[in-house]
Amino acid sequence: MSDDEQTLTRQQIRRKRKFGEPILPEEEAETDQENRHIIAVRLANSIGALNRVTNLFSARGFNLESVAVGETDDPEVSRLTLATTGNDRIVAQITRQLDGLVDTLDVTDLTDAEHVERELCLLKVRYTSATRSEVLDLKDIFRGRVVNVTPETMIFEVTGPTKKINAFIGMMQKHGIEEVARSGRVAMHRSLEYEAPNPLASSDSEVSANGTDPSAS
Amino acid sequence: MPSDTIEHTANGTAATTETMTGAEIFVHALDAEGVDTVFGHPGGAVIKIYDAMERIQPRFEHVLVRHEQGGTHAAEGYAKATGGVGTVLVTSGPGATNTVTGIADAYMDSVPIVVFTGQVPTHLIGNDSFQETDTVGVTRSITKHNFLVRDVNELASTIRQAYHIARTGRPGPVVVDIPKDVQMAEAPFAYPETPNLEGYSVPGKGAPKQISRAARMIEEAERPLLYVGGGTINADAPDHLTKLARKTNIPVTTTLHGLGAFPETDDLSLGWLGMHGFYHANQAVQHADLIIACGARFDDRVTGKVDAWAPHAKIIHIDIDPACISKNVYADCALVGNASDILQQLLPQVGPKDTSDWLAQIDAWREECPQTYDTSDDTIAPQFVVERLYEKTKGDAVMVTDVGQHQMWVAQFFKFGQTRSHITSGGLGTMGFGLPAAMGAAFGVRKRGRDLPVVCVSGDGGFVMNGQELSVAAAHGLPLKIAVMNNNFLGMVRQWQSLFHDDRFSHTDLTATNPDFVKLAEAHHCVGLRATHPNEVDDVIDEAWSVNDRPVLMEFQVPKEEMVFPMVPAGAATGDMITEMFNKDAIAKEG
Repeated sequence: MSDDEQTLTRQQIRRKRKFGEPILPEEEAETDQENRHIIAVRLANSIGALNRVTNLFSARGFNLESVAVGETDDPEVSRLTLATTGNDRIVAQITRQLDGLVDTLDVTDLTDAEHVERELCLLKVRYTSATRSEVLDLKDIFRGRVVNVTPETMIFEVTGPTKKINAFIGMMQKHGIEEVARSGRVAMHRSLEYEAPNPLASSDSEVSANGTDPSAS
Repeated sequence: MPSDTIEHTANGTAATTETMTGAEIFVHALDAEGVDTVFGHPGGAVIKIYDAMERIQPRFEHVLVRHEQGGTHAAEGYAKATGGVGTVLVTSGPGATNTVTGIADAYMDSVPIVVFTGQVPTHLIGNDSFQETDTVGVTRSITKHNFLVRDVNELASTIRQAYHIARTGRPGPVVVDIPKDVQMAEAPFAYPETPNLEGYSVPGKGAPKQISRAARMIEEAERPLLYVGGGTINADAPDHLTKLARKTNIPVTTTLHGLGAFPETDDLSLGWLGMHGFYHANQAVQHADLIIACGARFDDRVTGKVDAWAPHAKIIHIDIDPACISKNVYADCALVGNASDILQQLLPQVGPKDTSDWLAQIDAWREECPQTYDTSDDTIAPQFVVERLYEKTKGDAVMVTDVGQHQMWVAQFFKFGQTRSHITSGGLGTMGFGLPAAMGAAFGVRKRGRDLPVVCVSGDGGFVMNGQELSVAAAHGLPLKIAVMNNNFLGMVRQWQSLFHDDRFSHTDLTATNPDFVKLAEAHHCVGLRATHPNEVDDVIDEAWSVNDRPVLMEFQVPKEEMVFPMVPAGAATGDMITEMFNKDAIAKEG
């Protein structure tokens, strides 16, 4: 393999770097690593629009871990939050394809942005008089609320980042979870305006490779 | 929707205040759009539209095709020959599913077509009704966009949007599904002047800073190369490209769809690159220090093994589709926008370059492996037929091909001189494309007054896949010149079986029951001619050109052993070309 490595020209090495491909064979494991991406999409609230978006992911063999969609302040516009795991380069390309869809108004990959992320979880758990107080304690620790109660079960509502929800579900496991319903993640960047960096931008700092130069008027 | 649209009178079609049925709105909308040809096939779910056409007698001509797939390819041929949008009208269910191959073909090759499909009435949708298919669902991943019209008040504006989306940006197919009850419901007709698409934008000019950067890169390059694709033709940019190439003395190589964008008779033309492209063109790619890609997408049939492709070159990529940038090959400088605008922006910023050493080097490669073929006194070399067709037309023809070996030989041996003169199925590689596409091109040429013969080159395998359209071409008296290269084999598959599968010709031999093509032509009211010997070729061609009122099918019986060379095996590096001329037997068994 060292012969192969020596025959690589500077241009080839640069190209491989840009695409996150291994330059040396042993780097493979590292660059194959896939990252989690959270993408916010504003799209026309019309029939088939959501389908077109999810199609782009399934066509590439990407699993969408979470999809949350709902109307915005404008009833003609939906806000969609997608969470997926994949190679940065391919996700970047899918993001640009998403942007090209007629139904999408804008697409932002929030992964590298300062953003808040929340998920809502409804959890139905069994209780007895012996476990009742412990179950309720856990609810308090996770700042949850009781939204329904029967002699055998309670339904809790918990919101928070995905990790917190996972932890809550983990703690409830031993009490006998009957049902869990999660909303999927919704996310929003913190700043007033946010321009997602172009992952394929040239390393030459003076220009970006996406054809639009942020420093130009 | 109609509230923010203006009533206008495009092409003299007045908007009306009284109501009319959806079917009538459809017919008037196509007239307002300026459609001149519709390829269609009637059926239950579009019978109202066909009835409206009969009553209204619109300005557009309806061409009754014999199979809906033929209709979509005809629309593609029409679009590629004219630069306009092709239109197809079919019924629901099987009518719609028959268009799927053509739509996928148009999607891969960025051809603007609008396909109108009938649909069962809205209240029956989802009930597994007779001739129901979820057309919008089926075509979602092979269209640029698709619509299901649920309200007759949105019909005209949807048609306006469909044509706008198909035509602009990176062109592509759009499907409009119209349920039968929408065709029967009534509304006033107004064809909107603007498409009103909020989420849809089309890149225009290139970013000035990137343009100057590209100009600097061109300035600094010593071995630059223009790599030109079909996007250049879609943007009507060939003239600007030619100016740029000649001003800077940069040699030009074209992709399959780029053929015709730059005159191949020019000294700067290297011809065609890629898997079956020319040796010198591929060598130029491998040694270039700058590649300016214009409306090309670095397809795997061009690059082969991407890692090893153009290893010394920086890449400037001009493309209207941002998603194409750095998709396969990293672009050092990306110019997103209309190729025509970008080339005009670029032109004043670049000066003449001295590339004589580089051109001399390319000429040396050209001599090292000239594009030739074995001639024989008893059998017709298919390449010879292509050369004779070139001699007959001198390149002044619209050349339409099917898919396979003959397609590659046309690209190699026909010298394309003008834009929109080469029509083929590249991305999807659809056998059966040739004849209907040639038919569509002939309608386009006739309607737009382009005085060019339309020549269709096909193989015996692909021709029969849509041979039924001969009837249509005959019905309209289209003077198509159809050359069928008959080797009684599925030739390209045979070639791969020969090169890479030890001559195991699994299911590629058609000899036993291949049709008699002369009789086939005659049965469809066309003229049939046959050449079996090299010295009959010119006579057959001359005779074919003497017929002007109907299609002529010329069958050329060619040997089955003939292969397309040179060749870069799939997935191999472009530098590792198989050139038959060097050692055919040794290479043929390596695979």
